[in-house]
Amino acid sequence: MEILLIIIIGLLHAGGLYMLLRRSMFKIIIGLILLGNGANLLIFLLGRLVKGHPPVLPDGAKIFAEIYADPLPQAVILTAIVIGFGLQSFAIILIKTVFKVLETDDLDELNSTDEEI
Amino acid sequence: MILAVLSGFIFAALVPFFSKFFKRTIPFVLCALPILLFIYFISFLNQIELGSYLMFSYSWVPSLGIDLDFRLDGLSILFALMITGIGSLVFLYTANYLKGHQYLDRFYGYLSMFMASMLGVVLSDNLMTMFVFWELTSISSFFLIGFNNEDAASRKSALTALGITGLGGLVLLAGIVILASVGNSYSFTELLGSSDVIKSSSSYHWIIGLVFVGAFTKSAQFPFHFWLPGAMKAPTPVSTYLHSATMVKAGIYLLARFTPLLGDTYWWNGTLVTIGAITMIYAAIHSLFRVDLKSILAYSTISALGILVFLIGIGTEKALLGAAIFILAHALYKAALFLITGIIDHETGSRDASKLAGLQKVMMPVAIAGFIAALSSAGVPLLIGFISKEVMYEATLQLGQWAIILTILIVLTKIFLFVAGFWAGIKPFTGPLPKEFQKAHLPSALLWVPPLLLSVLSVVFGVFPGLLEKSLIQSVFSSISGSATIIDLKLWHGFNTALMLSILTLVVGFAIYWFLQPSEKNFQKTIRFERISPEALTRDFGNIFSWFAGFWTRFFQNGYLRNYVITILAFLTFLMAYRIFIGVKIHIDWDQISTVTPSEIIVVTLMIISIFIAIFSKSRTTSIVALGVVGFANCLFFLFYSAPDLAMTQFSIDTLTVLLFMLILFRLPKNKTYSSKTIRIRDGVLSLIFGTLVAILVLEVFEYPSSTDISKFYADNAYVLAKGRNVVNIILVDYRASDTIVETVVLVIAAIGVYSLMKLDLNPIKKN
Amino acid sequence: MKSLLFKTASDYLLPLLLLFSVFMLLRGHYEPGGGFVGGLMAAIAFLIHSFAHGLKETRNIIRINPGMLMPIGLLLTLLAGIAPWLIGQPFLTGLWFEEPFRFVGVVGTALLFDIGVYLVVIGATLTIMFSITETV
Repeated sequence: MEILLIIIIGLLHAGGLYMLLRRSMFKIIIGLILLGNGANLLIFLLGRLVKGHPPVLPDGAKIFAEIYADPLPQAVILTAIVIGFGLQSFAIILIKTVFKVLETDDLDELNSTDEEI
Repeated sequence: MILAVLSGFIFAALVPFFSKFFKRTIPFVLCALPILLFIYFISFLNQIELGSYLMFSYSWVPSLGIDLDFRLDGLSILFALMITGIGSLVFLYTANYLKGHQYLDRFYGYLSMFMASMLGVVLSDNLMTMFVFWELTSISSFFLIGFNNEDAASRKSALTALGITGLGGLVLLAGIVILASVGNSYSFTELLGSSDVIKSSSSYHWIIGLVFVGAFTKSAQFPFHFWLPGAMKAPTPVSTYLHSATMVKAGIYLLARFTPLLGDTYWWNGTLVTIGAITMIYAAIHSLFRVDLKSILAYSTISALGILVFLIGIGTEKALLGAAIFILAHALYKAALFLITGIIDHETGSRDASKLAGLQKVMMPVAIAGFIAALSSAGVPLLIGFISKEVMYEATLQLGQWAIILTILIVLTKIFLFVAGFWAGIKPFTGPLPKEFQKAHLPSALLWVPPLLLSVLSVVFGVFPGLLEKSLIQSVFSSISGSATIIDLKLWHGFNTALMLSILTLVVGFAIYWFLQPSEKNFQKTIRFERISPEALTRDFGNIFSWFAGFWTRFFQNGYLRNYVITILAFLTFLMAYRIFIGVKIHIDWDQISTVTPSEIIVVTLMIISIFIAIFSKSRTTSIVALGVVGFANCLFFLFYSAPDLAMTQFSIDTLTVLLFMLILFRLPKNKTYSSKTIRIRDGVLSLIFGTLVAILVLEVFEYPSSTDISKFYADNAYVLAKGRNVVNIILVDYRASDTIVETVVLVIAAIGVYSLMKLDLNPIKKN
Repeated sequence: MKSLLFKTASDYLLPLLLLFSVFMLLRGHYEPGGGFVGGLMAAIAFLIHSFAHGLKETRNIIRINPGMLMPIGLLLTLLAGIAPWLIGQPFLTGLWFEEPFRFVGVVGTALLFDIGVYLVVIGATLTIMFSITETV
């Protein structure tokens, strides 16, 4: 399973980068989201895969008796997801505003408009 | 003690607030500060004898071994007295010199800040603290040199001075850090104990090299000397205070301070003697080709600093004694000469040594001060300059095989300095008074008393060297040399070689003074050598730098986002590829790998398909839906592998993102393909390489066992310490709660950003 | 999207989902859940309601501007951090009541902190979504 996940991580990174290199701002955001997913999955995978043992202490126990999934990457990813949402929404609104003003989502057309705004 | 050092900063900070109310009186109030400090330091004099010292400790950053420790021994008290003593006179002098100046209050603020930093440098025992004060002197001197900030030349000189001394400071920092790591302490007093360890360590050459650069830049040694003549753009009180008496001596102080710690080795002595000799002779010759009084004094100051470095480099007891006396003698006569130059400039509006003459007719007290200072500089008997010169000559004469050449060098330098001193202190006052200066008159006593006082001191100490011997010079000498020899200063050393050389110096110097006049023509002669001077070379070097910076910026900051991304990622890819090229062990341990269930196969396939759809779909809606599927598949992975918290969060966020996209989607134009096919293929290839490398990297990382110490600590203490059972949540709200606070702040900022962008009322721009 | 069925369903969904989000928040210390997830759930609940009834009505239900929830939440998290100072402990030291409460378990500064996160997440998410819905 790890191998399959690694392939997916590679795909997400490749796809994300490809989309980041597009001229359309919409595609850039798709690229950002793909990259974000890829990075989250990567961190998750590096914490090793453990099936069926979430890092939650069973009722009454004071310490873990058996194997458990690594909680640290999970905590890191959890905040990463939420902050990623903040970033994505800001980026989405940004292209929407740019489009409203300039009526284009081609990055190259933004180059010349610095002075006019 | 801490109050004594920091009071200058406190005053500097207060001045802007009170200056409005006390515009007139503030200079006099501020003068009280250095005078009080001077008395304060005088009171310590009898407590410091024969190498003993006082320590004052205040805790600052104990965890890094950085404390406000102040060490008061002979060397530091000599400097402290010079700083506060000459400081008092300069403060008084300025009150009249810059009378009515718009920014007089500001000037006093800078001056007291400078004084405090300088006191910090000479009193700090902790090297790190000393470095902080060291840099503060550079910064405050930047403000003082650039005080006439409307003058472009002034600003440029200030920048040059800051650049040179600031860079030197950084180098010094490196030296200090290495020194501290070798000696295992930042405290000078503690380091002294491990002097032998440091000298025999392999980094010794690095340490002294770096310390030398720091000291040489500050003390204007060749080839870093050129900032000092430029710094003469500053108002004369600044030149007096910073550039003759105190700041430029900080480098000398550093070398003297480190002599017992690092000195007395082949490289230490050799380098210092060489650089000192080059500087003193080079600058002394230069001073004879100047016409501006301040330039003459600037070069003669550089030369004097060279002499000090030279003497410290020789390192014998006699030489160090010579250095100790010369520091004081030079401060007394050079400060007086600078102040006199300031008066002349103030009253006649000219500093041209070739034109000025006969001023004794209108300002007699100033002329007396000038005469005495010039004679002390020349080393005429009965003045302190004479004593210091005698000791110097005796020191070089003792050196065996090197005696002849070193003695010739120092005698030559002294002859040239004789002439320079006479030009500055005597020439303007003798001969007939030219018409253009008829109107000059004696200025207020505030201006002429300080130089006169300094000159009188030169005489007093020269006639009665015993006054200094026991109280001050003895302890200075002991703290530099570390030896307990009892010194004996005498006016009359008997008929010996040193006296012969002294007489020779005076005769030849006077002969040159008699025949050589400062003239514009001589000055012009030096100009053609300008091109190969260290200053010009540094400037060219700087220009190459700024040209390259411009080229570099234009090359990379070309305004195309994708080029930035490509540059960054291509470099990253290159690094990773190199890493993989030099050898990667990928070995998959199939036993460790978890098995694949049919449901997982389905999710993986779904995910791969939706990634492709999200990338290549022509329809915007389809890509968004595919993106949503990618997110949900991700969420399923989290669920499969024991991360329920993640799964829930990912699920909610994914829902929100898709909703968000849908909300604004129909406002966007059709999905268009902007790039040409070649570019798309190039990007595709680059992305595939990048993705593959990431995958390989992950595989490699997978080889190493993951470190779970931290997680284990969190998990083991979850119930015991944090009274919870969901470890992920406990990490978020307890162990790493301060991180979470910052993360929520980030979220709030994003929300505010979105809110304000949406409320922003922008009108569409009409395209041409 | 203002079909009757959706409208009626959302009327019941809103309290249910809100209750669920609070449940998520409170149990976060013991079972999967917590302030982040709870906050997102609550935000989604309000969002669904706003799709069904229109933004105006949802705003009426919330009463206060969702933007105000952000500073309140931040203040609560900071309060949880500062509270230990009062008894001379370092910033953000966990403090608890001795006796566990029913349903909630042991109550301490960690819960206060989580409630703060919960409010910030609701506030930020709703601010983002509402300001977009309003201007589209």
